[in-house]
Amino acid sequence: MRTKRIKAIKFGLLSPKEIRKMSAVKVITADTYGEDGFPIEMGLVNQQLGVIDPGLRCKTCGGRMGECPGHFGHIELAAPVIHVGYAKLIHRILTATCRECGRVLLSEEEKRRYLEAIERQREKQADVDEVVKHIFKEAAKNEVCMYCGEYFSIDAEGLDEELNNKSSVGSELRDRIEDRGFSVSKNALLRREIDPECLFCWSRVPGVDNERLLQFLIQDFELTWLKNAHISISKKDDKTLVIARGKRSVEFSLSAKRDRVTLNLEDGSSYEFPVKKEGTELFVYNFRWLITDKEKVYILKKVLNKLDIYCGVRQKQIKHEKPTTYKEIDEDGKERRLMPTDVRERLERIPDEDVELFGMDPKSARPEWMVLTVLPVPPVTARPSITLESGQRSEDDLTHKLVDIIRINQRFMENRDAGAPQLIIEDLWELLQYHVNTYFDNEIPGIPPARHRSGRPLKTMAQRLKGKEGRFRGSLSGKRVNFSARTVISPDPDIEIDEVGVPEEIAKELTITVNVTERNLELMRETVRRGSKNHPGANYVRRADGKKVKVTESNHETLAEELDIGWKVERHLVDGDIVLFNRQPSLHRLSIMAHYVRVMPGKTFRLNPAVCPPYNADYDGDEMNLHVLQTEEARAEAKILMEVQRNIISPRFGRPIIGGIHDYITGLFLLTRGERKFNKEEALDILRDIDIEDLGEPAGTMDDGSPYWTGKQIFSAILPSGFDLQFRGKVCVKCEERGLRCEKEKCPREAYVVIRDGKLISGVIDEMAIGSFKGMIIDRIFRVRGEEAAKKFIKKASRLAINYILQAGFSFGISDEDISREGKEEIREVIQEAEQKVERLIRAYEAEELEALPGRTVEETLELLIMQELGRARDEAGEIAGRYLGIENSGVLMAKSGARGSILNLTQMAACVGQQSVRGERIMRGYQDRTLPHFKPGDMSADARGFVRSSFKDGLSPAEYFFHAIGGREALVDTAVRTSQSGYFQRRLINALQDLEVKYDGTVRETRDTVVQFRYGEDGVDPSKSVGGKSVDIDEILREEIGASA
Amino acid sequence: MVAVESDIVRELMNMGIEREIAELIAEEFDVSELSAGRDELLAAGVEEYYVDDILKILGIEEEGEVKFSDIELKVNRSSLPEKLKDELKSKLRVVRRKLSREKLDSILDRVEREYENAKVEPREAVGIVAAQSIGEPGTQMTLRTFHYAGVGAIYITLGLPRIIEIVDARRKPSTPAMKVRLRGEYASDRHKAEMLAMEIEETHIRDIAKVESSTEDMCVCVYPNKRELLRRGIGEEQVIDKIKSMDMPVQESEDGKLKIYTRNNSYHELLRLEERVSNMLVRGIEGIRRAIVRKSPDGEYMLYTEGSALKKVSKIEGVDFSRTTTNNIAEIAEVLGIEAARNAIIDEMMNTLEEQGLDVDARHVTLIADAMTVDGEVKQIGRHGLAGEKASVLSRAAFEVTVDNLLEAAIHGEIDELKGVTENVIVGQPIRLGTGAVELVAKNYNHRELS
Repeated sequence: MRTKRIKAIKFGLLSPKEIRKMSAVKVITADTYGEDGFPIEMGLVNQQLGVIDPGLRCKTCGGRMGECPGHFGHIELAAPVIHVGYAKLIHRILTATCRECGRVLLSEEEKRRYLEAIERQREKQADVDEVVKHIFKEAAKNEVCMYCGEYFSIDAEGLDEELNNKSSVGSELRDRIEDRGFSVSKNALLRREIDPECLFCWSRVPGVDNERLLQFLIQDFELTWLKNAHISISKKDDKTLVIARGKRSVEFSLSAKRDRVTLNLEDGSSYEFPVKKEGTELFVYNFRWLITDKEKVYILKKVLNKLDIYCGVRQKQIKHEKPTTYKEIDEDGKERRLMPTDVRERLERIPDEDVELFGMDPKSARPEWMVLTVLPVPPVTARPSITLESGQRSEDDLTHKLVDIIRINQRFMENRDAGAPQLIIEDLWELLQYHVNTYFDNEIPGIPPARHRSGRPLKTMAQRLKGKEGRFRGSLSGKRVNFSARTVISPDPDIEIDEVGVPEEIAKELTITVNVTERNLELMRETVRRGSKNHPGANYVRRADGKKVKVTESNHETLAEELDIGWKVERHLVDGDIVLFNRQPSLHRLSIMAHYVRVMPGKTFRLNPAVCPPYNADYDGDEMNLHVLQTEEARAEAKILMEVQRNIISPRFGRPIIGGIHDYITGLFLLTRGERKFNKEEALDILRDIDIEDLGEPAGTMDDGSPYWTGKQIFSAILPSGFDLQFRGKVCVKCEERGLRCEKEKCPREAYVVIRDGKLISGVIDEMAIGSFKGMIIDRIFRVRGEEAAKKFIKKASRLAINYILQAGFSFGISDEDISREGKEEIREVIQEAEQKVERLIRAYEAEELEALPGRTVEETLELLIMQELGRARDEAGEIAGRYLGIENSGVLMAKSGARGSILNLTQMAACVGQQSVRGERIMRGYQDRTLPHFKPGDMSADARGFVRSSFKDGLSPAEYFFHAIGGREALVDTAVRTSQSGYFQRRLINALQDLEVKYDGTVRETRDTVVQFRYGEDGVDPSKSVGGKSVDIDEILREEIGASA
Repeated sequence: MVAVESDIVRELMNMGIEREIAELIAEEFDVSELSAGRDELLAAGVEEYYVDDILKILGIEEEGEVKFSDIELKVNRSSLPEKLKDELKSKLRVVRRKLSREKLDSILDRVEREYENAKVEPREAVGIVAAQSIGEPGTQMTLRTFHYAGVGAIYITLGLPRIIEIVDARRKPSTPAMKVRLRGEYASDRHKAEMLAMEIEETHIRDIAKVESSTEDMCVCVYPNKRELLRRGIGEEQVIDKIKSMDMPVQESEDGKLKIYTRNNSYHELLRLEERVSNMLVRGIEGIRRAIVRKSPDGEYMLYTEGSALKKVSKIEGVDFSRTTTNNIAEIAEVLGIEAARNAIIDEMMNTLEEQGLDVDARHVTLIADAMTVDGEVKQIGRHGLAGEKASVLSRAAFEVTVDNLLEAAIHGEIDELKGVTENVIVGQPIRLGTGAVELVAKNYNHRELS
């Protein structure tokens, strides 16, 4: 079956035409429901806009509630209003275009260049914003509509003055003339006299020809731009020329007398220029000397306005007063308000080709559509009203807002029709604008938000879309689902790691749809017969005709009888069904994995503790979610990609993330430590419930002659045969780094683990061997023997660990933190000594004898040394404690084996809590010069600055308790800040990288097909298939092939 | 003869034997005499695994063994990535004596096979995996700034804030710092290194003198601190020159005090002058607030600096620029180019993660660094960078600034092609990644025919 796909979504502005076209009804009444409780015609919850009440039918499509998606209506606004979202853009466009002709204030050449730049960006599917921004900036710089030429950048009225002042313009003209090799009389230039001898003043016209004459005029106007402006010049008759552009034209009649040519404009004004004839050649006196600039401007404006081309109008500054008011400022600083009608007119004048310069697509977004004349009314289904318990209707915020708009709109019309004074009209206009503004966005800075009667700000359009709970993030990117369950989790080491214990109650609620075929007909009958109350039953059946029937206590027998091939049965969840299991926060893909159902009594989800690490779960009340897969494809995909055993190796670092924790590690640690001896019964008891075929030869015989096996041998029983591995365990103290030789197999700490042919030869099993995140053995089994073997091994190892720890017994209590009197004395001495040293340091400081460390002040140095000293003291105390507790102490065992806790934890419990700190420094805050009133001002001793010498077990003194709370609070704040920060950090990362994908050519690309990497990770290797990041374990291959390593 | 000899020497040197020994071998074991043997070579100080090849070069070939050239040739011919080839070659060379040609082939075969197996599947959503792999440990990172391990004097931002700083592509890190490696004597002589440190550390007038403004005389008085000057090795005349270079009326008095007068006696100007004088740089590089000499792990002296000015430091005599780094990625991009910036991102991220004891595969980090730098400039991961420049409207709207993105999309008449993840989630159709990217069409066969 092929499903249809939406190929693309196009965005654009709605034109008034389109709004009217898609509108089902024009809304004119602000009321919603009539007294009869039915929607009012032409009202806001008009039945043509869709139905939200059961039983009613939509008057547009005839659909019932749920069938009819709803239809748009529209409001005809009495006066245009600005769309707030585009207020800024409108302002920019206004300043970038001519106030009269609407053209963008850039030359043709610039426009062409910018359009090309935009096109280039589009091709790359890149942002055009940068270019557009630049265009706006450049266009706003031009104060004058430039198509009229550079000339108009000179103030026409000021020109005379300038000429008289012999300013640059005058001298420039002279220069130009002289450049051509003519002399010019300065006076003539200034007085504008015709000098019949000045060659420059006279331009030769070859032949007497109106057309040429006119072209000549054009040249004289220096209007070369006309050539680019699609102007055509044609001859109407002998005397009339037509200058045309598109449908518009201007007629010129030229009448030539003996010594002059007259240019007649349509409005009756005429201009004469002298003509001089010399033989057969005609000379026309240069225009520019003859008529004043004022006249030139006048003629030009006449012609150009008529032709609707660029007009050379001086632009005025436009001020934008937030949110939606524009003002034009005159040269003399007077402000004139631009009403939305003015704005709209100006925007309308902008030609399509110029609109593209704003990065806009004139087909989907004409600038004038940003000024609204018609307002679409969303369907009622998008703003359903709710009926309160009292039977009162409570309308949606959007409806409230629409009511406001219609009311004001109505009032505006009435007032205008009644001929109200301008002031009142403007006030109402402003009010209409306010309501439309808040309808779109109720959080516009600078204007008060529209409020509900209760005082709560209304949630309008923008608020609906925005933010975490908004439409996009809340309803579209994240969706609510059916077929899911959530409850508390609890541990069950007896189920497989890829299983999840599901309470029967939940199993009866969640269903899987099964197609009834000839093969499962009987089974399904039996299922349906059991009804919906008995566990492996069914909740619904769907008949062949598609009708869904609920299985009830009264009909289950008959339904079972009727059941036939082609029916569908929604049966309960049963053992072996595949489901998705998830714990939030879902920080990585291992937070959702596929498990197999095991229906169990009780009310919690049961989870094997070995699978806690990937979910980051514990059993202190954590809840998890379960999702039942509904299609065969989904189930297949989950099985192949999401099964727990497939995800034993984390893609983050290419090592196992699933493995033993807590007692699993302790158990195996205790079992494999040293040469523990077990007789046959004991050995078999430990191996109970583990699928073992052969225990192997006994290691020796006990004193009484009975054979015994060692703990290592028992552990070996669960290792696959032919399995080789060597590594250093958690207990390794890295002798080589300290310049000592590694004793390897003979390591006194049993840190060097050697497994040969599936036998544990030496070393003790600890976190490094089977723990999560490390798990060398699991890692290797996964790679060499596959995921099933790894899963089995984890199961066996945990079973074994539990069996042994059950038999051996293991506990940790308050008494396990007891240290003998001598031990305590020793610790006390160490700390006292440190405190004395601190005292000495302080005295040295006070005597100004303390030498500052390089790059430090003396104070910093003192603090540093004190911190070092106290830190050292605590570590020493910890060491002493560790020594007195002994290796057999449960806490020490757990810390050493990596099962839980650290030596630091034990130190704090048994010996000394140590220095409390805020921002890495000793505690300084509190009162002036002291932390608590119990100390003298300026006391810098260990006690006074947050050193806690007691252990948790002994209990803290009041001052210590206080300091500990200070440090503890910092830790809490830290965690709170960190979670929010890292959450946002990850969201950003995901959003930026989610579309990257490996293509078939091995490159990594994003949606635009831009290559991000030519080869993924430089070598094209999947980290989850790598060996701890390395693509191939060469050492291992060499070891296996030739029995030696490099 | 000479020509032959030098050939041999060259070949030997190509194998990585030092010139001295190579020449010795060529001389001692004359080709014409063919008298050289394994034992003699070993006695001459040749490392064992070179012996056979030398024998071969000398023309005394022992048959049947795998030669270095065999390893070289065969490994190079394989389709493995360069890094892996190098590793394989070096490891094979060590165990060469134990190899046979067949064994070599089978090892190569296995390496190639395992490499092929380890490759990513096409259509894998590596971006998401990378983002998760960096983001997930984010919760485990600390928030505090720590100082350099071993240095103790320079504070630099580490942990989550540092990682965020890197992906934010900030122009300047909150704690810029450099590791300046030195050359030649500077690297071996602590004193010289310290001199260099002093030379680059910025020294303002305020650090070496007391600056006071006196409203009485309307002048700024500078009292050089002799002890500080001595400690820093700055001559008093340097200070005087510097102040004179300001082109203001200066008066020196016998006790070393300097008086700088204002031009137009305004109180405002006096204050400005005081500020200007005390902030005047007498020596060092602007921005290097502190430089500390430490021994690097390889035994050389090097400088750790607080503050960063890569370009300026590169021009200092004695600095080995090729090994000098800064934690300011924008600066690296500017001075050394985008490729260097990409590597800097990777290094900085990996180091930060490592310092926090977090294990993250380098491939994830490379992908992030590459995504940030594909366009030739360092782009932020976020609204103003990668996420904000995505092709899809819906994806941008779903990330941040929803309304603005939609308004803008309408204006531009944008078309969302629904190629990415978020877009398709929003419209509710399968995502074109991983298993969602492929289609299987089952042939419509008749069940009965089959049975």
